[in-house]
Amino acid sequence: MSAVSPGVDAVRLRDVRSSRRGDRVFSGLTLVAGALVFALLGAIAIFLVVKALPALQHDKSSFWTTKIWDPDGTGHYGVAALVFGTVLSSVLALTMAVPVALGVAVFTVEYAPHRIGRLLGYVTDMLAAVPSVVYGLWGLFFLLPHLIGTQKFLNGWLAFIPLFAGAHGDVDTFSKSVFAASVILAIMILPIIAAISREVIRQVDPAQKEAALALGATRWEMLRIAVFPPSRPGIVSAVMLGLGRALGETIAVALVIGNTFNISAHVLTPGGNTIAANIANRFGEAGSLGVSALIASGLVLFVITLLVNLIARYVIYRSGVEERSAAV
Amino acid sequence: MTAELSSVRGSLTSRTLPRPALAGVIAGAVGLTLLLFAVTPLQGVADFLVAATALVIVAVTGLTLAVEGRRRAINRLATSGALLALVLTLLPLGFTLGYVIYRGGKRFTGDFLTHSMAGVSPLAPNGGVYHAIIGTLEQVLLASLIAVPLGLLVAIYVTEYGRNFFGTAIRFLIDVMTGIPSIVAGLFVLAFWVLALHKGFSGFAGALALSILELPIVVRSAEEMIRLVPASLREASYALGVAKWKTIVRIVLPTAATGITTGVMLAIARVTGETAPVLLVVGNNNFIHTDVFNGPQASLPLFVFQGAGSSSNFDIDRAWAAALTLILIVVVLYVAARLLTRRNSLARR
Amino acid sequence: MAKRIETVALSCFYGKTKAVDDVSIAIEPKSVTAFIGPSGCGKSTFLRTLNRMHEVIPGARIEGQVLLDDEDIYAPEIDAAAVRRTIGMVFQRPNPFPTMSIYDNVAAGLRLNGVRRKSDLDSAVERSLRSANLWDEVRSRLNKPGAGLSGGQQQRLCIARAIAVEPQVLLMDEPCSALDPISTLAIEDLIFELKDRYTIVIVTHNMQQAARVSDVTAFFTLRGPGEPGYLVESDTTQKIFTNPTEKRTEDYITGRFG
Repeated sequence: MSAVSPGVDAVRLRDVRSSRRGDRVFSGLTLVAGALVFALLGAIAIFLVVKALPALQHDKSSFWTTKIWDPDGTGHYGVAALVFGTVLSSVLALTMAVPVALGVAVFTVEYAPHRIGRLLGYVTDMLAAVPSVVYGLWGLFFLLPHLIGTQKFLNGWLAFIPLFAGAHGDVDTFSKSVFAASVILAIMILPIIAAISREVIRQVDPAQKEAALALGATRWEMLRIAVFPPSRPGIVSAVMLGLGRALGETIAVALVIGNTFNISAHVLTPGGNTIAANIANRFGEAGSLGVSALIASGLVLFVITLLVNLIARYVIYRSGVEERSAAV
Repeated sequence: MTAELSSVRGSLTSRTLPRPALAGVIAGAVGLTLLLFAVTPLQGVADFLVAATALVIVAVTGLTLAVEGRRRAINRLATSGALLALVLTLLPLGFTLGYVIYRGGKRFTGDFLTHSMAGVSPLAPNGGVYHAIIGTLEQVLLASLIAVPLGLLVAIYVTEYGRNFFGTAIRFLIDVMTGIPSIVAGLFVLAFWVLALHKGFSGFAGALALSILELPIVVRSAEEMIRLVPASLREASYALGVAKWKTIVRIVLPTAATGITTGVMLAIARVTGETAPVLLVVGNNNFIHTDVFNGPQASLPLFVFQGAGSSSNFDIDRAWAAALTLILIVVVLYVAARLLTRRNSLARR
Repeated sequence: MAKRIETVALSCFYGKTKAVDDVSIAIEPKSVTAFIGPSGCGKSTFLRTLNRMHEVIPGARIEGQVLLDDEDIYAPEIDAAAVRRTIGMVFQRPNPFPTMSIYDNVAAGLRLNGVRRKSDLDSAVERSLRSANLWDEVRSRLNKPGAGLSGGQQQRLCIARAIAVEPQVLLMDEPCSALDPISTLAIEDLIFELKDRYTIVIVTHNMQQAARVSDVTAFFTLRGPGEPGYLVESDTTQKIFTNPTEKRTEDYITGRFG
């Protein structure tokens, strides 16, 4: 190499060695960080199970079937009503949120002029920025009174659907119900589903859209044959991620749901409960077994949301589409 | 077969609905609704809007069906549907923000922001959220101090060093973490820190829970930004003999800095509003409590939550003002992040 | 079946920028007209105004007239989608619908226009695929995805899809530029067969292709750097390539510039 002076070579060699050391240290640091993620998730699973065990072992089989919650008193408690309420409110929220989310996503990408579309995207994402406790407060004081009219309408005209049946006295007044919780949940998961769907629809190959238009398709027909079919996997995944979020939502639901323990499909009548809301509402006064029982119910929620999220990720992985959004 | 295709070969001049006719139909439908509401027992603004919307859609679609044919009518219906979805999305946002400003504005004063609830009974009209603001600030700051450096390191590992199964596994786990409900994160810290390690309630416990929620958001946005840094920049640096770690620290990260900052701001905005974790592990305190490592602390979201459930109107008023404070912080962070995106040379959108 | 297209002082704009200036040309039925010229001179832009695909781009517009058998297709009461049903288009990059089978791709336009009976669809699909010289190769796998074919086959599929709705005019925007020479030859043979039934307009940057395939050739070029494109001269292919009137045409044909 260089024959200038041995000093220069020595300096170069030292640089190489120190930079290799630097590389090792740095890459080691990042590897430790990565391993910490593993450790964290493992710890979450382990500690939840450990602290839930007392409650799970106390009453093994009836944990799944009992419909009351009194761990510190009579010692009877079970997640049956909680799981039912969680799933019911989330599914109902989905049926309300998905059409609107898809509609606004399609509008933003395909109908609105480019700049307005971008602005609309930011505004829709803003819905996700509102903290859930604020939604809960708003739901309690604004939405609940205003929902009475809708409740009466549904109960009056659509009572043949068991979902909307219920005694009139129950429905005519301001009630904390599964329906109210579902409406709030729908508003909260709308931006997530819309944001991901938007990205998916935006990525459709313009050549396909041109092909459809060149055949003389109207805009709707173009969407139907060239945009929706390739977007389906991504949209399914978006819906599942929205479902996952709805299942785990705590505070907004806690404020507007009835906090009772019956399994009833009459969503308009006062009552209802979800796993997360129950934890929030009962934590303050829970004794030792009570806390353990709440943790046990949280473990159930963790597993359910994990499954839903895994399915969602798998669907998107299979379709090869990347979703990047602000409403993570 | 030719007979079926004759519809294809029809004249180009299919009748088209002129613009003014469309406007006229819409006006007519609205007018009809007004009439209905004046004459029948139906009333109420909300009911009117629903009825008017339904009537307009029916009228427009029907007219298009009659004049322009089935395909154009379905197309019009789809357009109406998309517009309706837009309105239904903007309404809750407008109503929420508007109502919070309306109810919260009353108590939102300088006094409110600078006093705590020390010695103030729930039935008293004064008091403020100073202690809660301090609490939330400290908890979120601490959470970020944990989550941001850690998140950056994980993101760097995944993008620069982890082109193997381990790296893919970490990416997958981070994706899974984004789906963890905030209450589960709180339950974990409860089980682990508060109970198992007997540390009790503290702001730090809350920070731990918040950092679990913040970490995956930071990792995902940092990862995306680092990936956007062009390979040619890295190669130029390596070609000059610069070590890999120095390249990352001196060249890649600064280039991605704007985007990463945006991601961090959005992550902070997300966790600032989280109630469930602080409910479980931070406890509550009416006094200003700055020691974040010992003892329960107040926090803004919890303040709102507890005020909401109170039977005292003063508590409720305070809750509204606190909610307004919370929203202001979150919205400011969010808008600032969006404005910062504009100056990001790497941003795709 | 085939119709005559004529443009009268047609200029094409993207917003305020004029891309093509004042073109008046008549395209006779059952002929093949080729647009040739250097890249970027507006040939494709001009082609896309003939079936109102130009306006799909935000801000794009035209001045002048496009007459289909004396009917102005840009008149306010005319539905753009109806125009596109009558004037079909094949694109540079083959773009079959990936989520649809070969059968469904060809039938797409027919279904849009309300043809529902399976027997009608079956015969129409077979007819189009035969016309596109693709029937023998795909008859046993009609329900396989359209994207699973080779490039040349995909383009023939797109041609079958376009002619299934029996358009009056077929526009082809550099249909062979993404294909290998064998497929190109196959498509050129196809164009030769199709011209008995359709009016065909083809944009190509390959002069030899224009010479092989077309009856009439129109030469476009830019007036100058940064200026819009314009029609220099349009005449029978024989004349353009052996004895053009304009010097610029001769320069381009002989390769003195291009």
